[in-house]
Amino acid sequence: MSNWIEIAALEDIPRLGARVVKTDTMDVAVFRTRDDQVFALKDACPHKQGPLSQGIVSGTTVTCPMHNWKIDLEKGCALGPDEGCTNVFRTKVENGKVYLAI
Amino acid sequence: MKEKLVLVGNGMAGVRTLEELLKLDPERYEITVFGAEPYPNYNRIMLSPVLAGEKTVDDIILNDRDWYESNGITLHTGDPVVRIDRAARKVITESGLEAGYDRLLLATGSNPFIIPVPGHDKEGVIGFRDIADVNTMLEASKRYQKAVVIGGGLLGLEAANGLMKNGMDVTVVHLMDILMERQLDRPAAELLKQSLEERGMKFLMETQTAEVLGDDRVSGLKFADGSEIEADLVVMAVGIRPNIELAQTAGIHCERGIVVNDTMQTYDPRIYAVGECVQHRGLTYGLVAPLFEQAKVAANHLAQLGFARYEGSVTSTKLKVTGIDLFSAGEFNEQEGDETLVLQDPAAGVYKKLVVRDNRIKGAVLYGDTMDGTWYFQLLRDGTDISAFRSTILFGQHDLGDAGHGDETRVAALSDDAEICGCNGVCKGEIIDAIVTKGLFTLDDVKAHTKAASSCGSCTGLVEAILASTVGDGYDATPSKKPLCGCTEYSHDEVIAGIKEHQLKTMDAVRSFFEWKNPDGCAACRPALNYYLLAYWPGEYHDDPQSRFINERAHGNIQKDGTYSVVPRMFGGLCTPAELRAIADVAEKYNVPEMKVTGGQRIDLFGIKKEDLPAVWKDLSEAGFVSGHAYGKALRTVKTCAGKNWCRFGTQDSTGLGVKLEELTWGSWMPHKFKLAVSGCPRNCAEATIKDFGVVCVDSGYELHVGGNGGIKVRVTDLLCKVETEEEVLEYCGAFIQKYREEAHYLERTAPWVERVGLDYIKQAIVEDEAQRKALYERFKYSQQFAQIDPWKQRAEGEEANEFQPIKITAA
Ligand SMILES: Cc1cc2nc3c(=O)[nH]c(=O)nc-3n(C[C@H](O)[C@H](O)[C@H](O)COP(=O)(O)OP(=O)(O)OC[C@H]3O[C@@H](n4cnc5c(N)ncnc54)[C@H](O)[C@@H]3O)c2cc1C
Ligand code: HEM
Ligand code: SF4
Ligand code: FES
Repeated sequence: MSNWIEIAALEDIPRLGARVVKTDTMDVAVFRTRDDQVFALKDACPHKQGPLSQGIVSGTTVTCPMHNWKIDLEKGCALGPDEGCTNVFRTKVENGKVYLAI
Repeated sequence: MKEKLVLVGNGMAGVRTLEELLKLDPERYEITVFGAEPYPNYNRIMLSPVLAGEKTVDDIILNDRDWYESNGITLHTGDPVVRIDRAARKVITESGLEAGYDRLLLATGSNPFIIPVPGHDKEGVIGFRDIADVNTMLEASKRYQKAVVIGGGLLGLEAANGLMKNGMDVTVVHLMDILMERQLDRPAAELLKQSLEERGMKFLMETQTAEVLGDDRVSGLKFADGSEIEADLVVMAVGIRPNIELAQTAGIHCERGIVVNDTMQTYDPRIYAVGECVQHRGLTYGLVAPLFEQAKVAANHLAQLGFARYEGSVTSTKLKVTGIDLFSAGEFNEQEGDETLVLQDPAAGVYKKLVVRDNRIKGAVLYGDTMDGTWYFQLLRDGTDISAFRSTILFGQHDLGDAGHGDETRVAALSDDAEICGCNGVCKGEIIDAIVTKGLFTLDDVKAHTKAASSCGSCTGLVEAILASTVGDGYDATPSKKPLCGCTEYSHDEVIAGIKEHQLKTMDAVRSFFEWKNPDGCAACRPALNYYLLAYWPGEYHDDPQSRFINERAHGNIQKDGTYSVVPRMFGGLCTPAELRAIADVAEKYNVPEMKVTGGQRIDLFGIKKEDLPAVWKDLSEAGFVSGHAYGKALRTVKTCAGKNWCRFGTQDSTGLGVKLEELTWGSWMPHKFKLAVSGCPRNCAEATIKDFGVVCVDSGYELHVGGNGGIKVRVTDLLCKVETEEEVLEYCGAFIQKYREEAHYLERTAPWVERVGLDYIKQAIVEDEAQRKALYERFKYSQQFAQIDPWKQRAEGEEANEFQPIKITAA
């Protein structure tokens, strides 16, 4: 059962960048890649809860600003040699609008 | 139910054991502590400074009562344990309290040895052991004049020094013919005696006490040779005796101390002992370092981990008499067949001796200059072969850097538990372990696996050295070139040259020209390329916020908790009441939890939420402030001293010049952070000689210094040249900055850059080649046109709003 919420226009998220979506319980980072794919992760690095939304995006990974862990945007997991995963949320883009399933 | 642990002896070794235990297993025991003294655990070592009036009792408390409480420890002070009932497994105190135990830890320390001569129990005869003794001495010093200290060892001399500082006339009586014979050889002991005599201390050497004279209170001493001396206070500091009475009466096996095995266990397996009361492998100890090692081992076994072993310690000593530097360790008196390395400079009052056997340091005595004591001690403990640097070893560790193998030898000198990366708390042993077990070969691998050198990077050299010494020949320490990052084979220099020569003006152009493996680049090369393009094509290249580290993207320093700090620029550190008021208003309006004056003479506002940043900046910018760039690889601050306008030593207007320099340079992006300072005279109050560019004013003009920095590896600047006018200062400064901006590698500070290219190269370009200097200066001023646009004001006016505005969704 999914619950799509419209969050923003695609162009409101910078290419190779992210926006923070604040819900009642947590922050979600919504990323946009160079080729306009959109991914959403809990905005907390599996290492020490660093804000992933503030990291540098390249390809489909984001580098955490705190201690440089690389997190895969699709799976939410740290790339070797580090270990750990954060939560992943589904997203879709329709007619230039970004939707998030929470 | 939890097991019960009872500690008898609320002193340094016992409480340290509890601290170590709480780290390992905070929940295992219900802990009760009994201490004879009416205080929580304090730093006994610091009694000497307390006696000398340099510290107070409050200063030396190590664990206050809150500490015991918050760790759930029951503390009974002023109530010594008088009996251990091993059959019933309980202890009984003087006041009649009883406490049962599953494990008992004895840490009763030691007692001062009081020589049993007739009259030794008269009033005014004391030892030097605890706060009560210090109080007795301080009281005596108020009412009496003459003090005699028996014992010319470490403790006796510290007591004598303290009493002298309290105005007493002090004589030290010593049995041997040299002072501190257990720590010093004859030449060092003579130097020490001489300088204490200069301070007014008197000595009776080779003198044996026979009797304490007086009625109720001591009035003097009589010696074995029949002579006498007056005394109103006698401090006996002739040694300590492990305090084993309690253990002995409980039938626990004791010799000189309570006998323990390598796990700090006594002959009763439920009872452990640590500290000065202990005898381990035939030895007792009277210094804290070995006791702390014992504490670690005892804690390990109390936590039932069961693997740590105590195998004895080598100790070193320092004398804590302010103004006298003295260090000794190991076998400092040479034996037949040993070599000694000696450096003597009587005029400077310096004496250093190392005892060497088979190219390894066995002992050290240092007097007057003890800077390298810890290093020699490390070499001694690790048994390092010193043949490679024995000809310079007496000049100290810092001398090695110049020999070209600084880092590697430094690293060899460190023990496995030496912390290499302070930011991430990574020790040498962990790094070696990762290299060996995971088969790492490159610096990047080591960074990735251990996190060492991955935060501030200042330990990179050490990490490389460890890698080199661990991997040995497999690691090519200086690869012919180092790729810029994992995305490319090309080096910083090649990329910089390519950007210039092939007119590469966008990041994509650079990446495709150099055939980057990864089309977006990575978190390492994106900020570097963004900087290079910005530096080469001012006005043409558009800054890419997504290629900047978060601090530079958000124009504030991200803090641990995700909030930001804001540092407004105050040119040259000057400010007006109105500006301060404006800052204060902002701080109140946005509930800034903490403010601080920074090392660079600015005001830092901490704890601002990201969403609030644009509004904070708006208020600041309306009050006339621009960004202080305290967050960026950019021009940080120009620090200035009072200067000629106010200071009686000032030779030039250092403050005014600082303001001009900051007006010229602010806003400039750099390969790394860049700091300036201007001092009004060679007293150098603005610390200009540890800045990237420092100006020291002299009567005849301005000395320009370059390539310094503070921080972990302090580097003092090199003198670039001297100039005569302020205009020249500005021109040389701008040219130096531009040379650095154009040629240094991204994240290379001026200090390593200057070392890499050589001071001569920079002098040639800036001082000797006038045409080049002027061209550099022009290019700098040109690029400043585009750089001196306040990023805060732009964002206050709405630029990059998405960066700061979160999207909010709430459950309907
Ligand atoms: C003036 C001075 C200067 C010093 N300077 C240095 C220095 O520079 N460097 C250095 O390394 N070392 C120095 N030392 C030595 C260092 O302080 C000791 O080695 C260390 O404090 C010993 O720790 P401990 O826990 O074994 O004993 P203590 O710290 O003495 O603790 C033992 C505690 O147990 C209590 N106790 C004893 N019996 C009982 C009982 N039956 N019931 C309850 N409580 C009991 C005692 O009252 C005491 O508080 C100095 C010592 C003194 C006195
Ligand atoms: C992300 C890392 C860092 C941040 C965010 C940071 C931030 C700051 C800030 C805000 C100041 C005060 C600014 C000013 O007024 O000059 C400062 C000062 C200082 N920093 Fe850092 N710093 C960092 C890393 C380092 C490192 C790695 C070193 C040393 C190698 C260092 C050494 C100093 C020194 C010595 C000062 C005082 C400067 C002076 O007295 O002029 N900092 N830093
Ligand atoms: S550096 Fe010289 S001029 Fe400046 S405050 Fe210090 S003493 Fe005065
Ligand atoms: S919190 Fe992300 S790398 Fe440490």
